[in-house]
Amino acid sequence: MSDDRFDAIIVGAGLAGSTAALTLAKAGMEVLVVERGNWAGAKNVSGGRLYGHALEKIIPGFASEAPIERKITKERISLMTETAATTIEYNDEDMRREETASYSVLRSKFDKWLAEKAEAEGAMFVTGIHADEMIVRDGKVCGVKAGDEEMEADVVILADGVNSPLAQSLGMKKELAQDQTAVGVKEVIGLDEKVISDRFGVAPGEGCAWMMAGFPSDGGIGGACLYTNKDSLSLAVVLTASEIGNSEYSVPQLLERVKQHPTIAPLIEDGKLLEYSAHLVTEGGYNMIPTLYRDGVLLAGDAANMVINIAYTVRGMDFAIESGRLAAETIIKAKEKGDFSASTLSSYKTMLDNSFVMRDMMHHARAPKLMEHKEIFTKYPVMAKEVFSEMFTIDGNPRRHLMKFAMPALKKSGGIFKLAGIGMDALKAL
Amino acid sequence: MKKMSVDDKLGINKFYPDEHNPHIEIDPDFKDEREIMRVVKACPAELYKYENGQVIFNHEGCLECGTCRVVSGGKVVRVWHYPVGSMGIEYRQG
Repeated sequence: MSDDRFDAIIVGAGLAGSTAALTLAKAGMEVLVVERGNWAGAKNVSGGRLYGHALEKIIPGFASEAPIERKITKERISLMTETAATTIEYNDEDMRREETASYSVLRSKFDKWLAEKAEAEGAMFVTGIHADEMIVRDGKVCGVKAGDEEMEADVVILADGVNSPLAQSLGMKKELAQDQTAVGVKEVIGLDEKVISDRFGVAPGEGCAWMMAGFPSDGGIGGACLYTNKDSLSLAVVLTASEIGNSEYSVPQLLERVKQHPTIAPLIEDGKLLEYSAHLVTEGGYNMIPTLYRDGVLLAGDAANMVINIAYTVRGMDFAIESGRLAAETIIKAKEKGDFSASTLSSYKTMLDNSFVMRDMMHHARAPKLMEHKEIFTKYPVMAKEVFSEMFTIDGNPRRHLMKFAMPALKKSGGIFKLAGIGMDALKAL
Repeated sequence: MKKMSVDDKLGINKFYPDEHNPHIEIDPDFKDEREIMRVVKACPAELYKYENGQVIFNHEGCLECGTCRVVSGGKVVRVWHYPVGSMGIEYRQG
């Protein structure tokens, strides 16, 4: 047994890991966070939007001190063809309320801040150290190995992200299935703060979240998203892994193509690339949740595949924060009992099941199935374009009634029954 | 914005390269062109090339996403690890 024994070791200083560290340290526990990046946040990437409610419970009013980018006050959803975009835009005064607010974030900055909060409570962070292996004795996880170094604890939280080689090594998490996993590629594009507010029609400090389907993934299951940051834009393309190879374009080409789209090009004009990043996104939803606990170990956040893609938004960060908090609460109780066996740690799953994490994941369990309707990505963007194009084009040619051109457009994209069927699936999944 | 090559994009990122220590190993004898091309098209950093019937890979510039491993399903990519601690990409935006 090594001398450095901790109450808990956490692998990964992301949102789940640092939230768990903060909660444990607050309760007076000796906690060590092992992070492979040179600082907390150095390896962390996300699309860009954090729903604030989960962190609000832990750090009330966090947005006033945290490095958030903008408060999201405008939602856009677009169906795109090569030349057109049919867009729904929504904004409401209500989106400004702190209790329900969401924020664009850049994770390298945000996660660094959260880790510092945990550190201030007494959590210890070692950075630039990659946890290579688990220490397992008699079936119980006792710690982690990093090179020749062994670190031991009563319990380990694996919050080491979507790939989680450690959870895979324990057999708790399967290799990510191609049809349940997407790749995201993102550019952070620097622009003047005021230029962004003007181009997106938002007030200072406020911003826009935008999901796009159709053209961005060249008809594959996927899409693009854009989030306005303070003085940059996060623009990303996401494509389900099993779809790769179906398009003539490579994944990085798809992103470049979105940047040249007539709807997007003027919005990023004169922008300066600040960073190019990539990250996997699990899209299997509730049916992809791995084994969450075992003797001496818990999984949280992306490592536990806690992400849902429900087309009009993608969520994972609030799940990561809540699961990190609940993992910590579980450990605090286990410490009181002096028992870190699977049976004690099973209360983690019970708490998750009773929280918004599993309630919402279960609620949207059919969403992955909805995304399999290829019409959403192929035919419907074209149908929308054809209908609106005829409505809005006035050139002296004879006008036709909506019925005359909308029905053929609908027929071409699979017919009214297909649309009704997908509509029903959407009503059940969303 | 002007079109940019992936190489130019990677040039803007901050890396701590671990030149002599590839964290990903491929199967150079793997021949199925279709499968290879899927990995070539998948890699966000364009680190896989298909030349003269062979897959070629360079780990420098890796964004550490894991896509190649997931897409190849154990066929093209034989071993996939993260770089050793403190090496590889350092995101400043995230």
